[in-house]
Amino acid sequence: MDTGQYLGVFLDEAKEHLQALNDSIMQLEEEPENSDCINEIFRAAHSMKGMAGTMGYKRMQDLTHHIEDVFSDVRNGEIKINSDMVDTLLQCVDAVQAYVDNITETQDEGTEENEHLIKALADIRASKGGGGAAPTAEAAPAAEAAAAPEAEMADPSDDSPAWTKVRLEPTVKENLEESVKEGKKVIGMTVHILDSCVLKAARAFLVFKGLEEIGEIAMSEPSTQDIEDERFDNSFSLLLITEETPERATEIAKDVSEIEKVEAGEFDVANAKTTEEEEAAPAPTAAAPAAEEKKEEAPKAEETKPVPVEKQTPAAPAAGQGAKKPAGKPVVNRTVRVDIEKLDAIMNQVSELIIAKNSLISTANSANTGNSAATSAIQEKIEYLENVTTELHESVMKVRMVPLENTLQKFPRMIRDLNKSLGKPMELTMTGEDTEMDRTVVDEIGDPLMHLLRNSADHGIEELELRRERGKPDTGEIFLHAYQDGNSVIIEIGDDGNGIDAEVVKNKAIEKGVVTPEQANVLTEQQCVDLLFAPGFSTAKVISEISGRGVGLDVVKSKVESLNGEVSVKTKLGEGSTWTIRLPLTLAIIQALMVVVGGEKYAIPLDSIQSIEDVDPADIKLVSNKEVITLRGNVCPLVRMNEVLDNETTRDPNENMVVVVVRKGDQQAGLIIDELMGQLEIVIKPLGKYTSKARFLSGATILGDGEIALILDPNALI
Amino acid sequence: MDALRDTVDLGEQVQYIVIKYGDEKYGIPIKYIDNIVKMQQVTRIPKADAFLKGVLNIRGEIVPVVSMRIRMEMEEDEITDNTCILILRPDDADLFGIIVDAVDRVLTLGAKQIENVKPDPTRKDANFVSGVGKYEEGLVSILDMDALSLERAENEQRQRP
Repeated sequence: MDTGQYLGVFLDEAKEHLQALNDSIMQLEEEPENSDCINEIFRAAHSMKGMAGTMGYKRMQDLTHHIEDVFSDVRNGEIKINSDMVDTLLQCVDAVQAYVDNITETQDEGTEENEHLIKALADIRASKGGGGAAPTAEAAPAAEAAAAPEAEMADPSDDSPAWTKVRLEPTVKENLEESVKEGKKVIGMTVHILDSCVLKAARAFLVFKGLEEIGEIAMSEPSTQDIEDERFDNSFSLLLITEETPERATEIAKDVSEIEKVEAGEFDVANAKTTEEEEAAPAPTAAAPAAEEKKEEAPKAEETKPVPVEKQTPAAPAAGQGAKKPAGKPVVNRTVRVDIEKLDAIMNQVSELIIAKNSLISTANSANTGNSAATSAIQEKIEYLENVTTELHESVMKVRMVPLENTLQKFPRMIRDLNKSLGKPMELTMTGEDTEMDRTVVDEIGDPLMHLLRNSADHGIEELELRRERGKPDTGEIFLHAYQDGNSVIIEIGDDGNGIDAEVVKNKAIEKGVVTPEQANVLTEQQCVDLLFAPGFSTAKVISEISGRGVGLDVVKSKVESLNGEVSVKTKLGEGSTWTIRLPLTLAIIQALMVVVGGEKYAIPLDSIQSIEDVDPADIKLVSNKEVITLRGNVCPLVRMNEVLDNETTRDPNENMVVVVVRKGDQQAGLIIDELMGQLEIVIKPLGKYTSKARFLSGATILGDGEIALILDPNALI
Repeated sequence: MDALRDTVDLGEQVQYIVIKYGDEKYGIPIKYIDNIVKMQQVTRIPKADAFLKGVLNIRGEIVPVVSMRIRMEMEEDEITDNTCILILRPDDADLFGIIVDAVDRVLTLGAKQIENVKPDPTRKDANFVSGVGKYEEGLVSILDMDALSLERAENEQRQRP
């Protein structure tokens, strides 16, 4: 079977299951008796085993099989969870992760057999005492496999196959009648897929593919689209126009693995109900199913004593379903997986649309006809267009938004591992995991966050003795809070540990040559702490495994800045530190203030603008040879933009100046510009590797008239 | 003429766009030409290298525009009605434009009509030329696409004192 096209689905699901395993095993360590957890682990291991088997990854299948076995015993109360077991299980999860990683990279699971882990798992099972338990353990999944088909019948009270009850679109019915006239047969089929099957859509696809070789599929219920999206229970019905017999069709369908049973028979076209006909239409005289066979291919049932799978009894399914529901997957949202590239393409088109809209506005403004009625009508339409494009933009952005959760969920495990390797008890609390951000940002932000958390664990939290001396609780507190603030997302990471010693940082910076002693002397405490972000700085005295491998906070800073974000730190010696990362919600389209400097147009992101001031040149003061003004009690350094941009200001030096005050964290600066043009929604375009050398340029944008304006990065100007 | 062409094997035929700097003619394989636009106002990039004249909007893409006259250490570009910007599409890099004095013609040359001689190394444009083509009206220097690239321009810039 060609499994290539399902690899993506397989990997996505495998990652979800791995996460579920990780989370549940961690939770189990806290609450060893939690049966929901045990069930979750069993289910995740079971699904992974099935998926790995289908895809032909034997080693992964084997390992997950053993995990499943252990949890089958746990579920039956034969094994009790203890801490050693949790360690072994987490190692197993890591091993499975390694398989998945290998598959992601090379489509091959690799050759690691993980025999020691399999043996460790076997030892766990052996330790429960008595060989008698083993058969029971194996029987359990078998029993489940047996129970599964029972739970499947959609309507147990009526045992005529589902295909006899399909309703036809009038056009389909005509098509069928044509075919009958041509002497072809119409075969109705209902295919039941095993409950344990993981790639249902794949199975259905193979059935369709097989059947299309002998005929034409006139319709299916649910629709092919729903089937492709896996929006169906365990069975589907279809009508096949063919010259073959129902038996042959059944055979073909059953050649696909994990098909539980196939019902087929000739379809009575003449008496079939169409969707237009009333409910009262006569019931079709259903041809008896020509073949009603079962395939006892439940993986477990084969290995052990075959458990007879009998015809559905009306009562059993209800009970079976009732019992299975809570254990089943949570109700799945109706979603479609979309390639991020397709979303990027839509995003680009929206960008083009916004540029086109801006150009329409500028054309309309310049083509003022003098006919005021016409002008206001055009204006009205443009406003409408503006609303629609803005909403479209927002919708597309929302589609690209994913919760931070996916990135954050690996952290509790990491801190748990650090607990052991550092020998310091600590605990991670996270809030705001559901905060949503652009997919590209979420993918990129994981490493910087991990670095900061490790930093807190390694350098922040003190040794146990010191904590006791300082009267702090034994368990170190590490936190991660994420929340949305206007057009930004804030992520705070911190600890109740040692805090950062500004003096130590300063001396270290001098020693490393990051600053000269003279420079260092005039630095404030906060500025000293900020030296941590300077390239080539690592405060760990010993290079440990956790952090300080040469990559330092400067990497965190540059990563965050590459995402147009900023990072800062607040610390109090002896009480702890908090790192704050501020990231923009969206990357591609922003609101900007358009300004003119020396006759050239520039855009300043609205996010970073604090206020716009009209300043009398007489109010400018000199502080250490730099121009500043006092704004509401704060001293604000001034930047003459024409000097930065190497052009000539068009303003009279005695005139009042227009100053755009921008902020970056707590710092601010006043940018002296020539003219304000107004606010504009702009699409950020990259300037290219060789073009943008100046740090104060973050990109370019295309204006309504096709002209290019450069985007200033205020962060680099402060 | 046609009969003659049949009998003389000129090797693989390639079309070139012939451009002019002063009286000197240069050829660029036509496959690298994305577009030719008339000289227009470009957006200046502050603090950029001197040869980078600015950026231009080509179908929504931000395209850098380079002065070859500055790179080849000739006199500054003098903008006339004939001045054009040639938009080039290198094999595996982004679009970029070069300012040319004029676009002369399209010329088809066979491989055998091009001599892979290194031009006189004292000439300023020596590093940019990969061969010399001969045709009825004279000689045309074939420009080396790699030498034109922005990456190369960047390196040159760094090596200069």
